[in-house]
Amino acid sequence: MKLTLKIWRQKAPNAKGRFETYQVEANPHMSFLEMLDVLNEELIAKKEEPVVFEHDCREGICGTCSMVINGEPHGPMAGTTTCQLHMRHFRDGETIVIEPFRASAFPVMKDLAVDRSSMDRIIQAGGYISVNTGAAQDANAIPVDKDTAAHSFDAAACIGCGACIAACPNASAMLFVSAKVAHLALLPQGKVEAKRRAQAMVKQMDLEGFGMCSNITACEAECPKGISVENIARLNREYLSSALGSETVA
Amino acid sequence: MSWFSDFLASSIGRKVVMSLTGLFLIIFLLIHLAGNLQLMDFIAHDPADEPGKAFNLYAKFMTTNPLIKAVSYLLYLSILVHAIQGWVLWSKNRKARGSQKYAVKVNKVADGNSFAASNMGWLGTIIFIFLLIHLYQFWLQMKLGKLPMAYYDGEEVKNLFFIVSEAYESLGYVIFYVLSMVAIAYHLDHGFQSAFQTLGINHRKYTPMIKWVGRAYSILIPLGFAVIPVYMYFFM
Amino acid sequence: MSLDSKTPSGPLAEKWTRYRGTMNLVAPNNKRRIDIIVVGSGLAGASAAATLGELGYNVKCFTFHDSPRRAHSIAAQGGINAAKNYANDGDSVYRLFYDTIKGGDYRSRESNVYRLAEVSRNIIDQAVAQGVPFARDYGGLLDNRSFGGVQVSRTFYARGQTGQQLLLGAYQALSRQIALGTVEMYNRHEMLDLVLVDGKARGIVARNLVTGKLERFAAHCVVLGTGGYGNVFYLSTNAMMCNVTAAWRAVRRGAYMANPCFTQIHPTCIPQSGEYQSKLTLMSESLRNDGRVWVPKNPEDAKAIREGRKTGNDIPEEERDYFLERRYPAFGNLVPRDVASRAAKIACDEGLGVAPTGLAVFMDFSAAIERYGKSKANAMGLHNPGAEKIRELGEAVVSEKYGNLFEMYEKITGENPYKLPMKIYPAVHYTMGGLWVDYNLETNIPGLFAIGECNFSDHGANRLGASALMQGLADGYFVLPYTIGQFLSNEIRTPKFSPDAKEFVDTANETRQRLEGLMNVKGSQSVESFHRRLGKIMWEYCGMARNAEGLEKARKMIRELRDEFYKDVFIPGSLEEYNPELEKAHRVADFLELGELMIIDALNRNESCGGHFREEYQTEEGEALRNDEEYTYVAAWEYKGWAEEPALHKEELAFENVELKTRSYK
Repeated sequence: MKLTLKIWRQKAPNAKGRFETYQVEANPHMSFLEMLDVLNEELIAKKEEPVVFEHDCREGICGTCSMVINGEPHGPMAGTTTCQLHMRHFRDGETIVIEPFRASAFPVMKDLAVDRSSMDRIIQAGGYISVNTGAAQDANAIPVDKDTAAHSFDAAACIGCGACIAACPNASAMLFVSAKVAHLALLPQGKVEAKRRAQAMVKQMDLEGFGMCSNITACEAECPKGISVENIARLNREYLSSALGSETVA
Repeated sequence: MSWFSDFLASSIGRKVVMSLTGLFLIIFLLIHLAGNLQLMDFIAHDPADEPGKAFNLYAKFMTTNPLIKAVSYLLYLSILVHAIQGWVLWSKNRKARGSQKYAVKVNKVADGNSFAASNMGWLGTIIFIFLLIHLYQFWLQMKLGKLPMAYYDGEEVKNLFFIVSEAYESLGYVIFYVLSMVAIAYHLDHGFQSAFQTLGINHRKYTPMIKWVGRAYSILIPLGFAVIPVYMYFFM
Repeated sequence: MSLDSKTPSGPLAEKWTRYRGTMNLVAPNNKRRIDIIVVGSGLAGASAAATLGELGYNVKCFTFHDSPRRAHSIAAQGGINAAKNYANDGDSVYRLFYDTIKGGDYRSRESNVYRLAEVSRNIIDQAVAQGVPFARDYGGLLDNRSFGGVQVSRTFYARGQTGQQLLLGAYQALSRQIALGTVEMYNRHEMLDLVLVDGKARGIVARNLVTGKLERFAAHCVVLGTGGYGNVFYLSTNAMMCNVTAAWRAVRRGAYMANPCFTQIHPTCIPQSGEYQSKLTLMSESLRNDGRVWVPKNPEDAKAIREGRKTGNDIPEEERDYFLERRYPAFGNLVPRDVASRAAKIACDEGLGVAPTGLAVFMDFSAAIERYGKSKANAMGLHNPGAEKIRELGEAVVSEKYGNLFEMYEKITGENPYKLPMKIYPAVHYTMGGLWVDYNLETNIPGLFAIGECNFSDHGANRLGASALMQGLADGYFVLPYTIGQFLSNEIRTPKFSPDAKEFVDTANETRQRLEGLMNVKGSQSVESFHRRLGKIMWEYCGMARNAEGLEKARKMIRELRDEFYKDVFIPGSLEEYNPELEKAHRVADFLELGELMIIDALNRNESCGGHFREEYQTEEGEALRNDEEYTYVAAWEYKGWAEEPALHKEELAFENVELKTRSYK
């Protein structure tokens, strides 16, 4: 299949970027990234600079791949990362527009690669359970209701790719943050510091310059792991109960 | 009170303010509509026989009862806070999104009305402009303007009905009014259920009901408002 | 130099406890003065960095990813073993130890494996405390499943994403230490060389991948948790950026590479579909709990399927050869990975392959769907449910168990695995070989430690399923934080090292010259094309089956390829910028050297064991034929420059607690 690609090219973080148009011959069994590999091989053969895009596991789990394809983070297929998107979902002769994730908190580094370290800093602010190695009791000491554990897992399935932020018209990180808050708050082990966690993570999220959630749900629609906005409501609950209900004044 | 100002300044705090003021305004709309429906009492009466009596008496009650007065100040505050906070959020969110926009724009959402959800700022602004005109035309006249008087059983009452029905004789105004109601409908369609989500009220069993009620509310209330001028334009 | 494993004396079951109780400690006030570099942030690296930070050391942790959460540990699907015996099916520390030794075909060190089995139980406790949402039953307690090569259920799992959840647990523990300031995190930094001061590992040279600049870092010791080298085969289930560079640079500085030819070929991967393919995708081994592996008995049928004239469903039951069940009745579809892989290869070599390339066998869930459907119908009290209803119920059960894997399969292949049998083929997955380490996980270079897949220690010639996560976390959480004290307790008087010292500057200069050398080739072929060619050579001659003639040939080919690489590789862009092609080039350059060492090791080992199958050494039935007389040793290789042959150092393996037997899964 013959494709026309319009790809965002940008030399460096502060350089001016623009769209470049390329033609590429693809095969329907290829993954989207393999199609870009083919393009890059052709560019290298012409001694041109290949398109920089981030990727690693190519199994849809590491969360490294990150582009916006025809206006959608990770492309048009629901529940699919770019690396798992296959060319059979595109038409022969189609023009595909490829852009980086865009948000003020995700500065472009080069071409399609963006800096997502803001998400790490949010986790560092409190996205964990404070337990030192060796301090744990027997794993079966606290039973956890199967449905609750499953619920927690659904939230924990977040791969930290940032598609929710890229998709949100407000560039809000609430789905990402709420997934971690919900994952941990639902488990008895994480419940203990749930209030402190919600406070700290929201504070960091605000510092990083993400937008505010106006419940548009574009995040859930574009999330490759189908993380639900139910988690955002849970985060709001946790935050309200800690900001207004807890006696800790900090 | 630093904890409280911190809370109000946080992203979730700001949204909670939007949610609570929004819910208050949602309730206000219902009461306002109940009042407006009294404009229609001419249907039951002979038009020659004291048109607008029920409405005028209601208007008098609303402007003089001390309890209603107190609530009305809360209402003005809510409107202002909701609008100003809304604009602040709008501008902060635009800044967060960044100056470089996507070349291809897709509005896919998991649930609800994507048009309404992503245009709350514009819709709110339209509603605010409508509100200014609306307040100038009726509320300010009622408070300060020179209204003709009506007399019911010897009681002197400002004849608000008169200027309302006068305004509704203009086709242009009726159209403007109806379009504003459409904006309110969209604003409500997203705002109603969104207010609950922001407060953390999301439950697999009950949220579908909230959404259903919200959808019905966002259609019926603005429809109720819009029917009155249209009906009066054509039938009075 | 003789290889001293430093295994403590005493009975096997007490070695670790006694050793732990008597080893040297570093006092808290001294820990604050000691710097440790941890390279890698996967399960091993992140868990080690977090734990060392908790203990009070100053840790610097490096990853070439944009975030420590991206490490390839995240892709592990199936589960993690632990000798908890929650299933009450006869499991014990000894049994896990025994299974691992036997699964590894008696080529691993007893003491290390026993310790691994012991601490496996702590890992589960730790992970649960961190909030890892393992699968549970209705009583709220942890659920287990069984995995290949064993007869007990000891595998803990979190749907098909166990690696992800465990890595996130470690990543979160690491994040907590970063916030506390005990760990300084260096993202997008790739270690390109090891710095030795007076023969001890004291630092690294890393390239800042964003600016392209070389940076020098000093510490009292260096820990490598940089994973395996499966990408030497180009096509593997490893992530695209997995590489051997950190470990190989240590080898170039004198560390020994142990058993590099021990590579694990995983039996259940999605077959290759074309030349453009960049990587292979694993389907969790857990699928073999319910999937039956078969090929058509008749080559004509196989041909028809290959050509698309028939599907697997068109082949009647009696025309199918469930070859694993036939060959290994005791373990059936649950034989260890090396055995299952080889059996699939044999079937395809006989012309019975079912993909257009001829390289695939079926894994069929229809029997499981029917079985589960019937049992579900029973549970629901349905009498005489129709075949349709049974199928529907059964598919729901299978979906609950493996839904995400089935979805992934369908995304990649475009075929619905509920309706058509899956097609699978073996692919490179894990490398048992790695840096040689002693009982303390210290390499032969003092102060250089290797943990996780990066070292060679626990899996012998074949790793059992769900043991990689176990080993990575055991090393990082529960072994290294203790054993590192053995080295550091002698360093408390050593002042901090300056990265501006001569040794650091010299090493950085050498690294710069190496990179400039690559940039200056200015040839015409892409890095990728060399990597692909290297992979083909490795897969063809040093893959699932090897023989002396092929290996000799391959060695020559790799040398030629390496020469060509340095004459004709083309790297666009420049040195001091974000340049992924340059990153790749350096990794491929190191693979081109490692590949040759793997071949040398495979040639040296004149026996078949585990993942290393030499065609000259097999039984009449085609099973691996070990040579315990001559090869019960770890082959640790010392690099001496390519003008010279690498030197072989042997660590003889003593088996005092298990009897060496022919591995039989019949």
